[in-house]
Amino acid sequence: MSLLSEPTLSHYLILGAILFAISVIGIFLNRRNVLIMLMAIELMLLAVNLNFIAFSRFLGDNAGQVFVFFILTVAAAESAIGLAILVLLFRNIGSIDIEEMGRLKG
Amino acid sequence: MSFQTFVFYAFSAILVFAGLRVITTRNPVHAALWLVLSFFSAAGVWLLLQAEFLAIALVLVYVGAVMVLFLFVVMMLDVNFDKMRERFKSYIPVAATVGILVLVEMALVLVGGYLGGERTVAPPAAAAGYSNTKALGLQIYTDYAYPFEIAAMILLVAIIAAIALTHRRRRETKYQNPAEQVRVHRNDRLRVLDIPAEKREP
Repeated sequence: MSLLSEPTLSHYLILGAILFAISVIGIFLNRRNVLIMLMAIELMLLAVNLNFIAFSRFLGDNAGQVFVFFILTVAAAESAIGLAILVLLFRNIGSIDIEEMGRLKG
Repeated sequence: MSFQTFVFYAFSAILVFAGLRVITTRNPVHAALWLVLSFFSAAGVWLLLQAEFLAIALVLVYVGAVMVLFLFVVMMLDVNFDKMRERFKSYIPVAATVGILVLVEMALVLVGGYLGGERTVAPPAAAAGYSNTKALGLQIYTDYAYPFEIAAMILLVAIIAAIALTHRRRRETKYQNPAEQVRVHRNDRLRVLDIPAEKREP
């Protein structure tokens, strides 16, 4: 896989892998900040979508792109509800620090 | 190096850099904006993969709606972020280890001749007049019509859930309750009194 050749399937898959690893690192680094964790989840979904589309292109099957269509839908719905919960949490606790959310612990 | 290769590396570099900035920046508004940049770069990469409809859908739906929602929430919440980044530096060793492990695992799968990915050649570019949107539409509305309807239901449920969760009722509004109005009984509205007529003395 030389650097000058036409991008092959592996190029796109490795790009997806790098993005996925970045988002996993992001979740680990920002363990106290719920907002950045939600953004890292969006990055994760982006990496997975990139994988799907790369395979769809190189295998000539549009099913991958149809699935990305549905992933986009579900991800948008999940972001909306996650942010609604975050806003409610902020209204009740006054902070979005995870350390302060341990109220359910006995 | 062909132009397509150059474009691929340019967009990928911006994408990876923006992704790194999302998770390391101190200010969450900046993080949201870096995420917007990474979505734009990803849309560019998807255009290279000839998925035009999804690239535009990513920009319109994700950047235009979801990221705008993120920015609303980020700007609405008045949070003290310095306190939350106190122990940021102590997380870096663990985070870096996990990240490198994940990356190495994935790369091993791919570079180790995973289905000969590096030998795959892209199919030739489609004929002129080929519309990616039309091809996707043909599949979504016929083979995948049922998941399409389910996706619409999911969106509806998300709307209702988000509103139901965060809706605050204003106390002073007057509103009608149709159920109560229909349940009203004649005796609640009208009371017939039997008052004898007065005769005035002349």
